[in-house]
Amino acid sequence: MDNKNQKASRNISSIPLKAIYRWLGDRIFLVVAFFLGLSIILLALGMALVLYQEGSLSFKEFGFFGFMRGSTWDPGVTLTFGALPFIFGTVVTSVFALAIAFFPALAIAIFLAEYAPRWIGGVIENLVNLIAAIPSVVVGIWGIFVFAPWMREKVYMPLWSWSSENAPALEPILGNPIGYGMTTATIILALMIIPFITALAKDAMRQVPKEQREAAYGLGATRWEVIRMAVIPYARGGIMAGAILALGRAIGETMAVAMLIGNKNTFPFSIFGPAATMPSVIINEFREAVGNLHLSSLMAIGFILFIISLAVNLLAAYITRKISITGGKIL
Amino acid sequence: MIQGTKSINRRRINDRIMFGLLVLSTVVVMTPLLIIIGYVVINGFNALSIDFFTQELGSPARAMQGRPTGLMHTMLGTIVVDFMALIIAVPIGIGAGIMLSEYPDHKLNPVLRIMNDTLNGMPAILKGMLAFVLVVKPMGTFSGLAGGVALAFVMIPIVARTTESALMAIPWAIREAGLAIGLPRWRVVLSTVMPAAKTGLVTGVLIAFARAAGEAAPLVFTSFGNNYMPRNWTGMIWGPVDTLPQRLYSLAISPYKEWHTMGWAAGIVLLTFVIILFVAARLLTRKKNS
Amino acid sequence: MNFITNIKKNKKEPTEKTSTSAIAGGEGVHPHDVRMETKNLSVMYGKTVGVKNVSLPVYNEKVTAFIGPSGCGKTTFLRALNRMHDLTREAVVTGEVLLDGLDIYAPKVNPVTIRRKIGMVFQKPTPFPTMSIYNNVVAGLKLVGIRDRKLLDEVCEKALQQAALWNEVKDRLNTPGGSLSGGQQQRLSIARALAIEPEVLLMDEPTSSLDPLSSAKIEELIHDLKTKYAIAIVTHNMQQAARVSDYTAFFYVGNLVEFDETKKIFTNPSNEQTENYISGKFG
Repeated sequence: MDNKNQKASRNISSIPLKAIYRWLGDRIFLVVAFFLGLSIILLALGMALVLYQEGSLSFKEFGFFGFMRGSTWDPGVTLTFGALPFIFGTVVTSVFALAIAFFPALAIAIFLAEYAPRWIGGVIENLVNLIAAIPSVVVGIWGIFVFAPWMREKVYMPLWSWSSENAPALEPILGNPIGYGMTTATIILALMIIPFITALAKDAMRQVPKEQREAAYGLGATRWEVIRMAVIPYARGGIMAGAILALGRAIGETMAVAMLIGNKNTFPFSIFGPAATMPSVIINEFREAVGNLHLSSLMAIGFILFIISLAVNLLAAYITRKISITGGKIL
Repeated sequence: MIQGTKSINRRRINDRIMFGLLVLSTVVVMTPLLIIIGYVVINGFNALSIDFFTQELGSPARAMQGRPTGLMHTMLGTIVVDFMALIIAVPIGIGAGIMLSEYPDHKLNPVLRIMNDTLNGMPAILKGMLAFVLVVKPMGTFSGLAGGVALAFVMIPIVARTTESALMAIPWAIREAGLAIGLPRWRVVLSTVMPAAKTGLVTGVLIAFARAAGEAAPLVFTSFGNNYMPRNWTGMIWGPVDTLPQRLYSLAISPYKEWHTMGWAAGIVLLTFVIILFVAARLLTRKKNS
Repeated sequence: MNFITNIKKNKKEPTEKTSTSAIAGGEGVHPHDVRMETKNLSVMYGKTVGVKNVSLPVYNEKVTAFIGPSGCGKTTFLRALNRMHDLTREAVVTGEVLLDGLDIYAPKVNPVTIRRKIGMVFQKPTPFPTMSIYNNVVAGLKLVGIRDRKLLDEVCEKALQQAALWNEVKDRLNTPGGSLSGGQQQRLSIARALAIEPEVLLMDEPTSSLDPLSSAKIEELIHDLKTKYAIAIVTHNMQQAARVSDYTAFFYVGNLVEFDETKKIFTNPSNEQTENYISGKFG
């Protein structure tokens, strides 16, 4: 080494570095990032574990499937708990909400992605985002004081009086027209998930390569034909994944539903009449649940809600991955 | 294939009809959504008063007798709880985001990504239940801290994801350039990558914050609610505390007319707060892109 | 197909020849100090071979050019000299890289310390986006806790002068590095690499993203810098290699085909592959 030419100044490289700048810092950095990441994994796993553990008393009492099948929810006298009414309420409201919301939401998305001139598109897009940002309690207060009374006066009451005159057999199916009930909650849910579906569907359609469209135009297709034949088939994976994520949103939506569904814990449910969902019964009864078994049953419902949400999210992730179009976008 | 049996005129007409239908459904759907905002704005502004911002709620009797009542304690409580949520969520979310983007080959990451998405997809009410079991039960009391933890559970997965994509947006070459001049990896991330990604990072935190700030479900049985101002400041952390979304819910389902009115006022304040956060996030994104 | 068989036939011969001459250092052909040296260096990406069994010296105060068609492994090889492959687990490096006789891949060796002795300049200029020109240049010092303002000022001026950028930026050291032109940014990157006073300077196609005028400036700079450093440069531009380098190594599909004095490689290569490439028959 001696024969190498000594440079005029080698003082820079001879300044000793602190350990933190050599190796210690990197080790600490990785360990910290690792544990912060690990904490998220523990949170997700912990959520399932905690809900199951806290609900185990109820599962033990009624059996896991017995609890899911049980249709009696009586925290007062018999202390019998079954989740079926809430599972039913959740599934029915969210599926119908998706059914109502899907096509209008898709229509807006098509309009935004394919038709709207730049400035109108920009305005509507911002409005959609704005609406998606409305907290669900705010939607709920509008539902309680404006929408539910309006539905009662303009829709339920006329139908109810019509049916009591002409088809009395329908009355129990339609249910009490108090305004708060399954239909009201479903419509509100549909309104709430529309912006969500629109945003995801629009992103999926914007990802369609230009060539795809140009090829169809080249064949002399009209704009609508291009959309139907080139754009939608290409974007359908993203659109479907978006719809399923929206279903997940609807399943977990708590406040607006709890404020509007009327909170009736027992079958039979009717079309207009009050009902309950898994989140709504939890939010309504959790604070007041005094008995261990009652609290545990609510936790058990939480666990079932976890499982259902997980299944829906995994399904959406599967579709997204299979037809990778929107990627892992956060909305 | 397209030049099929249908005449070109028919197809033109079809095209027009579909366009009309699209515009129509856009208008039909946007209308009720705008009506919601309209109602909240009009009713909310009418219900706002000086007292609303300067008084505490007290018992229902106070409102019914027309004595001054308001939600000052609620707004302060919201700030305290949201702030605690931020303090908890930002380090965890950003740390996990760094893990995902800066150690792309690490064995933890595939699992972390799946679990983060799972957590993000879970209903907020379950996050409240988790915080109830983890914080409320051991402490033996509802508390602002529990509410902050619950909201943090809402924010964490969002911050992790937005941090990852903000850091990934910085070219890998920047990191190599840093390493090539003999910087340790942590220095490269903290001093070159993260400053470059600053706008994206802040935007992500804002989005997460806006999402959490509107949530009521995780708060109802964690921070619980409180009609009064806690006697001292720490009472907001260690004891039950009021927050806007949860108070809005309680007011709306209460049987008192006066509280319903106050509910609209709470609605406009909450809506304004959330929308300001979202608009700030959007403006930042636009600034970054231009 | 023809080349491949040729390569296979010829591959052993030049590799061995170069390694012997490098290690022996004598033979009267290479009368220079060896600053860096690789011994049977291989880089694998999973099962794909990036570079195979390369033994090569980098001489002090000389410029060594690595040439070859794209995908031949020259950049992969250069990055191995700086432990840049450490970042991803996909790449596995085997063999030895000696800096002043010490293996930089030895278990106890810290990559940070190594990289402070071996500067690197990349294909695209990479000024740190949020930093001023000044902070860019002294980043390698300031960010590891060297805060002596006087020293930093000195180093900054000296590095910028060495990189022939001082006169152009001395009045606006506090403006962002990104505000410079592409050629200036590349010289800024060089200044930043020189600021930590490395012993070896690695350059990965430093002019490929620049206009001809800026490229000429960088080449001039390389010529000046070689009086103080051992320089290794990857280039796809053979004229550039001929202009700036003293030694040239020709890579093909992960193998070192020939290494010799630039003059010899470009006038009278001993390997048929090299000749074909140099004469533009492929590449």
